[in-house]
Amino acid sequence: MPMIATHGVHKSYGRTHVLRGVDLAAEEGEVLALLGPNGAGKTTLVGVLATLVRPDAGTAHVGGYDVVREPQRARTVFSLTGQYAAVDDLLTGRENLRLMARLAHLPTAVGRRRADELLDVFRLADAADRLVRTYSGGMRRRLDLAVSLLTRPRVIFLDEPTTGLDPRSRGELWQVVRDVVGEGTTVLLTTQYLEEADALADRVAVLDRGSVIAEGTAAELKRRVGTAHLELELAGGEVRHLPTDGSVADGRRLLAEVEAAGWEVRHWRLVTPTLDDVFLALTGEASSGAKDLQEVAA
Amino acid sequence: MTTHTTAPGAPLGGWALADTRALVGRTLRRALRTPDTLLMGIALPVIIMAMFVYVFGGAIDTGMAYVDYVVPGIVLLCAGYGASTTAVGVASDMTGGLMNRFRSLPMRPAAALTGHVVESMARNAVSTVLVVGVAFAAGFRPDAGPGGWLATAALVAAYVLALTWVAVCTGIVASSPEAASAFSFAIMFLPYVSSAFVQPETMPRVLELVARYQPVTPVTDTVRAWLTGAGQAQPWVAFAWCAGLFLVARVGAVVLFRRRTR
Repeated sequence: MPMIATHGVHKSYGRTHVLRGVDLAAEEGEVLALLGPNGAGKTTLVGVLATLVRPDAGTAHVGGYDVVREPQRARTVFSLTGQYAAVDDLLTGRENLRLMARLAHLPTAVGRRRADELLDVFRLADAADRLVRTYSGGMRRRLDLAVSLLTRPRVIFLDEPTTGLDPRSRGELWQVVRDVVGEGTTVLLTTQYLEEADALADRVAVLDRGSVIAEGTAAELKRRVGTAHLELELAGGEVRHLPTDGSVADGRRLLAEVEAAGWEVRHWRLVTPTLDDVFLALTGEASSGAKDLQEVAA
Repeated sequence: MTTHTTAPGAPLGGWALADTRALVGRTLRRALRTPDTLLMGIALPVIIMAMFVYVFGGAIDTGMAYVDYVVPGIVLLCAGYGASTTAVGVASDMTGGLMNRFRSLPMRPAAALTGHVVESMARNAVSTVLVVGVAFAAGFRPDAGPGGWLATAALVAAYVLALTWVAVCTGIVASSPEAASAFSFAIMFLPYVSSAFVQPETMPRVLELVARYQPVTPVTDTVRAWLTGAGQAQPWVAFAWCAGLFLVARVGAVVLFRRRTR
């Protein structure tokens, strides 16, 4: 049984069709990244799964519970970390955790122990008794995620968890997500950073204008766009692309050919398709990288 | 997952009460950590009191010592302002991520609203007592007995409760905490077009009608009559206004909350 499953989910606000029949599934312990630009419907879909948004049509199940018909049961399975850090600025980190533990109906002693544990795991122990309004952006997100983990949920929704964070804080948050996943938790992650989906997810679903336009592992999606190539900048400023399988032997062979042909190469590099290329190719706005690949293929 | 089922582990009084207690604890902590809200709720009426008693008061003839005439109005202005700031707290919960988190927990999210209301009652009790204290220092000399004071306290509490729920509605529909703060401004104006500072008979006909048929006038008149014996108490009209506002705003809050969080 998939831990997360949606079938034909539709949602409109007035005349704006935000979701147009979304089908998704994630198995237990899987990290599924939902990749899409602003306005693709990512947050709305998470809202449906998190029982916050009522779908107009279709069904959504979390942990086997229908989110529309059994929202209370579904809420015992998942936790949500939204786009805005949902923590109280005027409480300390520890108070936030204890309050949320009480509201999650954990026994007091369990809640307190769990709060202290999470403060350690998230390296917030030193700041535990400071007001959250003195925290940095990265610390707030970590606390937010810690709150989500109080009840040891089997499913975690992470809605753009690193938007607005500096690279170091982003890296720290990624590490935490990886640790959590090690415990067999199912994660649905939305992101507009292809790098993030690549780094964290087992599978990537690309959402564009309310529907899933591609799905697969990051490697599978990249393969759909093309293979790696050598990019050569010649002395005259001309740029040439040579397809390669990316192995050392093939690189050596190509460079030898280049030498034999007498090209004067000023600079060369190996270019592999990124998820950016995949994304832009799929959504029809061909990037320069994708165009070059087409040229090479031609 | 047994931690979430209600029956066995539920505390005395049930989860609804436990959730509300936790959230009241939260709002009270917040109130203590933002003393500026309380200070503003005291400083404002004190400044207005000084203005009216010492600057305008000499020129306003109400047939009694002006300080005795104006203090009930100031107390209600203070209470109204204090209640209205609840809108800001509710709006910041609604527009930040907190309300979504509450809604994704197995709790009743409206308990968060109750937390704000209880905090408003407590904060206004403190600020009202302080403002009355300042009024005494300014020469306010009521002649009410314990019964009069008790009845006054009950009416002011009812007024604060009703306005707090109106503020909750405002906070729910406001697009930002800043927008919600405009509500305080509107509420502050109500006492000016009432019997709080001058007698409505002295106003132009249209304003006199507005003053006569808005809630601040009967509440002010009643408090003034109970404390100083001057004028006519209209306790039924005053309590009816508070009860009516409370009911409409209480139901309105539930409806608006559902619509906003659909």
